Amino acid sequence: MKLKQLEGLLGDLEQFSNPKVELEQYPTGPHIASRMLFTAENSYGDITDKVVADFGCGCGTLSVAAALLDAASVIGFDIDPQSLETATLNAEELEVEIDFVQCDITKLELKGQIVDTVVMNPPFGTRKKGADMEFLPAAMKVASHAVYSLHKTSTREHIKRAALRDFNAKSAEVLCELRYDLPKLYKFHKRKEVDIAVDLWRFEPK
Amino acid sequence: MRLITHNMLSCNIKGVTNGFPLRIEAGNVIKKEVDFNPDFIRHMFAKLEWKALVEGARSMGYAELPEDSPDAAVLESDESFLKKLHHALLELHLEEGALVCPETGRKFPVNKGIPNMLLHEDEV
Repeated sequence: MKLKQLEGLLGDLEQFSNPKVELEQYPTGPHIASRMLFTAENSYGDITDKVVADFGCGCGTLSVAAALLDAASVIGFDIDPQSLETATLNAEELEVEIDFVQCDITKLELKGQIVDTVVMNPPFGTRKKGADMEFLPAAMKVASHAVYSLHKTSTREHIKRAALRDFNAKSAEVLCELRYDLPKLYKFHKRKEVDIAVDLWRFEPK
Repeated sequence: MRLITHNMLSCNIKGVTNGFPLRIEAGNVIKKEVDFNPDFIRHMFAKLEWKALVEGARSMGYAELPEDSPDAAVLESDESFLKKLHHALLELHLEEGALVCPETGRKFPVNKGIPNMLLHEDEV
């Protein structure tokens, strides 16, 4: 599948109808999602024929992208039942098989070595302080090969240090810097649209 | 929920040491065919908790898997075994039912294929 085609398909997905600000529910746009998964597969072979987990899957954008790139099996995890309903509809719409699990990912211990790759667009910690640093260790414990994650560019040094020193990372690399354009989603948003610099990270567990 | 997912889920209630595997109470199971990828199935074999898979499959109405984990040599010679493993792992969907903690008996409900593993406040 070509990048443009993937981006097009992801653009048709349903997103949050009533986003919950305390969960930092923001859709992962098709531009970022397609590039993230395309890079993971084309540069590293981490998606096709692999078992992929999507942490904080929301409406399932990254999960669907992984499935469209022929992951052998995709599992999406999220705490919010409404998002999971939307994610289920999205998977049906695009005729892909995805298993969804409702849980608090920071309190879920997954057994074994079945998951090859974790992909995620975790909370940035703007509502609940430290939220960005809860998803990463959870992902590092589960992935046997690689973790792909988005974090604010402003946290780059902090993330690198934490990953290598505390979260069992053998390597922590910023693959590229992207602009995450957030439309006005919540009442407290003053500007019509805002652009946040985010890093696409690739971590390898030891 | 398919058995590939079930194979990694356990009960995380505070203090529980034997939360795996979760027993399956099958309410509604459906079958959906997906393409058979023998290399992927061979690759998965070594990573699976075999007993959990066999018991889970049986609970979902599929009893074709051998009780004991077969020799790895079988993976090369026996395609029908690979197909059975493929079927159990990827084609059986638990739509309604529950996953039950083997130690505490706590039920995690499964609705529309989605298990709810959220813990109550006193379980964390």
